[in-house]
Amino acid sequence: MAEETVRELRASFAAGRTRPAEWRAEQLKGLIRMIDEKEAEISAALHEDLAKPHMESYLHEISLTKSSCKFALNGLKNWMKPEKIPASITTFPSSAQIVPEPLGVVLIISAWNYPFILSIDPVIGAIAAGNAVVLKPSEIAPATSSLLAKLLPEYVDNSCIKVVEGGVPETTALLEQRWDKIFYTGNGTVARIVMAAASKHLTPVALELGGKCPVVVDSNVDLHVAVKRIVVGKWGCNNGQACIAPDYIITTKSFAPELVASLKRVLVRFYGENPLQSADLSRIVNSKQFKRLQDLIEEKRVADKIVYGGEADEEQLKIAPTLLLDVPQDSAIMTGEIFGPLLPIVTVEKIEESFDLINAKPKPLAAYLFTKNKKLQEEFVANVPAGGMLVNDTVLHLANPYMPFGGVGDSGMGCYHGKFGFDCFSHKKGVLIRGFGGEANARYPPYTTEKQKILRGLINGSFIALILALLGFPREKR
Amino acid sequence: MGSVPEEEKAPGFGDLLSDLREVYESGRTQDLEWRQSQLRGLIRLLEEEEEEIFDALHEDLGKHRLEAFRDEVGVLKKSVVDKLQNLKNWAAPEKAHTPLVAFPATALVVPEPLGVVLIFSCWNLPIGLALEPLSGALAAGNAAVVKPSELAPSTSAFLAANIPKYLDSKAVKVVEGGPEVGDKLMDHPWDKVLFTGSSRVGRLIMTKAAKHLTPVALELGSKCPCIVDWLDSNRDSQVAVNRITGAKWSTCSGQACIAIDYLLVEEEFAPILIEMLKSTLERFFTRPEYMARILNEKHFQRLSGFLADRRVASSVVHGGHFNPKTLSIEPTLLLNPPLDSDIMTEEIFGPLLPIITVKKIEDSIKFLKSKPKPLAIYAFTRNEKLKQRIIDETSSGSVTFNDAIVQYGLESIPFGGVGFGQYHGKYSFEMFSHKKAVFKRSFLIEFMFRYPPWDEIKMGMLRRVYQFDYVSLFLAIVGLRR
Repeated sequence: MAEETVRELRASFAAGRTRPAEWRAEQLKGLIRMIDEKEAEISAALHEDLAKPHMESYLHEISLTKSSCKFALNGLKNWMKPEKIPASITTFPSSAQIVPEPLGVVLIISAWNYPFILSIDPVIGAIAAGNAVVLKPSEIAPATSSLLAKLLPEYVDNSCIKVVEGGVPETTALLEQRWDKIFYTGNGTVARIVMAAASKHLTPVALELGGKCPVVVDSNVDLHVAVKRIVVGKWGCNNGQACIAPDYIITTKSFAPELVASLKRVLVRFYGENPLQSADLSRIVNSKQFKRLQDLIEEKRVADKIVYGGEADEEQLKIAPTLLLDVPQDSAIMTGEIFGPLLPIVTVEKIEESFDLINAKPKPLAAYLFTKNKKLQEEFVANVPAGGMLVNDTVLHLANPYMPFGGVGDSGMGCYHGKFGFDCFSHKKGVLIRGFGGEANARYPPYTTEKQKILRGLINGSFIALILALLGFPREKR
Repeated sequence: MGSVPEEEKAPGFGDLLSDLREVYESGRTQDLEWRQSQLRGLIRLLEEEEEEIFDALHEDLGKHRLEAFRDEVGVLKKSVVDKLQNLKNWAAPEKAHTPLVAFPATALVVPEPLGVVLIFSCWNLPIGLALEPLSGALAAGNAAVVKPSELAPSTSAFLAANIPKYLDSKAVKVVEGGPEVGDKLMDHPWDKVLFTGSSRVGRLIMTKAAKHLTPVALELGSKCPCIVDWLDSNRDSQVAVNRITGAKWSTCSGQACIAIDYLLVEEEFAPILIEMLKSTLERFFTRPEYMARILNEKHFQRLSGFLADRRVASSVVHGGHFNPKTLSIEPTLLLNPPLDSDIMTEEIFGPLLPIITVKKIEDSIKFLKSKPKPLAIYAFTRNEKLKQRIIDETSSGSVTFNDAIVQYGLESIPFGGVGFGQYHGKYSFEMFSHKKAVFKRSFLIEFMFRYPPWDEIKMGMLRRVYQFDYVSLFLAIVGLRR
């Protein structure tokens, strides 16, 4: 079945269906209509899959996807235009341009935590770039997956854009096919499988993975504002189940008590005294993830470091916002990505030490710093490698379509959002147009010393060499 | 009963890598002045060791010094100078627009080095394919290992001896050896790997890279077609034939990823073209030393093997002489060998040129679409419509009209196949960089509708923000609208 799907898409692509700007714009408009008309259904599916609060669904999934679509629609004509590039003396006379062209038939594998936007956002880039697409939504968010399978054929061209649902067997079957690009959002383990499968066909991949996103909190801050932003970035994002949610905090030993007190206050303000009852918190996606998170805080040396929260309701699959202070660096909660509502706070003597701590771990998808100290900000940017960075806020950078969004190292390869999404699914074809003038005999054998001199000049961009070459030096001996 | 002698432990590269990582983490390679000094070192290497490079290339491939200068040393030096001149610009953070009026911020894109990178070079342009990427990696602030091809041993030895002399030997290393060495290097995690070579090995490299999620750039081979349209003037036709001849035979005897692999011409034009090719070949290659030799026996056998197919052998219209003693093959023209023969399905990488005829030149587009995407498509034509159709309807790494191979020497054109990474010029810098998005906010402006507990009022405000309905938003904030 996977084979047939790819064959059909290849035929559609070869027939040129996806190339015209009008077709691409039609599809994007279709997606916008889909979001407008079916907002309630989408929100309901997200609620079914994740108990995602309606507001979060709107904020992070629905509205962002819509504005992403509109941005692509507006930028489309410009993005498709060939870019003229300067000519060169070496190839005078000539003109050159870079022509973006679609890669062909692409596979997009989405994730369960933001199942709507992580499916549609890459699709937007792929369509804008003129590709045919197969979308494989995550089976761990089944309501959203089946909603996408139902809705997309109603709003976009089904001969070029398809949804294939399923779990491991269906995904494996898809990975055995030859694609022109595979875009995967998820975890490092599966990413390795995807890349290994892609290597059989020499298919390029983009991998949007995760990591431990650190938050460095200096004492020189507006604490209340900082804490609100940290809290909403952590628990306001699918209850911490987000690739860019703050994973752990680093602060100074002296500042920690104040920070913890402020965090507690804000948590109560946002989620009440009984957070397990709050409608504003997503649940944990399934019992497997629930158990994983429970294990993290039940670990012996970790359990006694809880300073707030820790409650859980297995039936509802809910875990309350939990703060931990000074857990050991080698505990499970400090080595793997948490992806849940647990927030460890690690302390150091001086705030600068936090950089080394972060750099000792794999490069994160996002790194956050709260401080008013400009010098500290500069050092952070210069010395901490990360996919992206935010100073004095969390998470927001993903909403700016003018910035590339993606990881580095273990947190991924490739980027998208805005024009970067278009570029992700395009090939930038260099086109050099020469005329028949400007014939430089110096290029060809028989090779003489004279020719070498002129060639040297030509390659170095010397005008004199060019003129000599154009005048036909050295003269061919007849 | 004796004890089994312990197997001699093959050298692993764990230590090499951890040393390089330490150097990288010390911040040394990120310093702008260090990067500039490395680029200057490369330029000096190319200038001072030019004769040695010519000798090495002549020894490995029988390359004439002019060819070596034209294709490797000359373009390389120009390219490194270009990098030196532009480094400051490329390394500087770039401001990005930020439209979120409700969440004011400054946005920057900051290029940062990836870390410790590995570059596999190939045997046919052994200097260029090692040092061009190396210059990009160093310009981007990385530490690097270069693994030259063992099939070009003099060049490999040259690089091993000279790179430590002209560059920072703590941060730039050369590892010599064969496939087992390459294999062992790939056991380790790198921050990026660039491989130039065959698709077969490219697959192995990528499979190994997948284990560590190492990003790879692959520069592989392909059959680069050249469409030759009717050209009305004799002069134009001769220029075209000059360029075709140069592109096929004066570039490492056709052993180049961007060499013309085969021609597509109209039936009626073919005999004329063949006569012109014959006379041009005679004019250019007056001495055997003007053509590089075939790399080694294995490739020589591979190329002679193409003619083992009788249908292919009978299509030879010029040349066809193979000298196993000197490993040289005459420039050979073939007219319409069968499309299912090896010579028409595999990359030739040698001095054999099949000429395939079509009824109308436009048919060549359909022909190309049925084949895998090549690294380069060439077309000699004055027909603007045909040019546009080729650009629009075919896909390839690049397209060059009315010339061939020269695109390799232009920094402004990205060089690479479809999908797998491009380099040259600024693209070499970007290949080994990560563009880090940096967003800075102030504490000053706060919007309470971001935060829970959530209600319909906050929802309304957010809707207005996302619809960029600032007036409504402002009014709502000051309480004049619900």
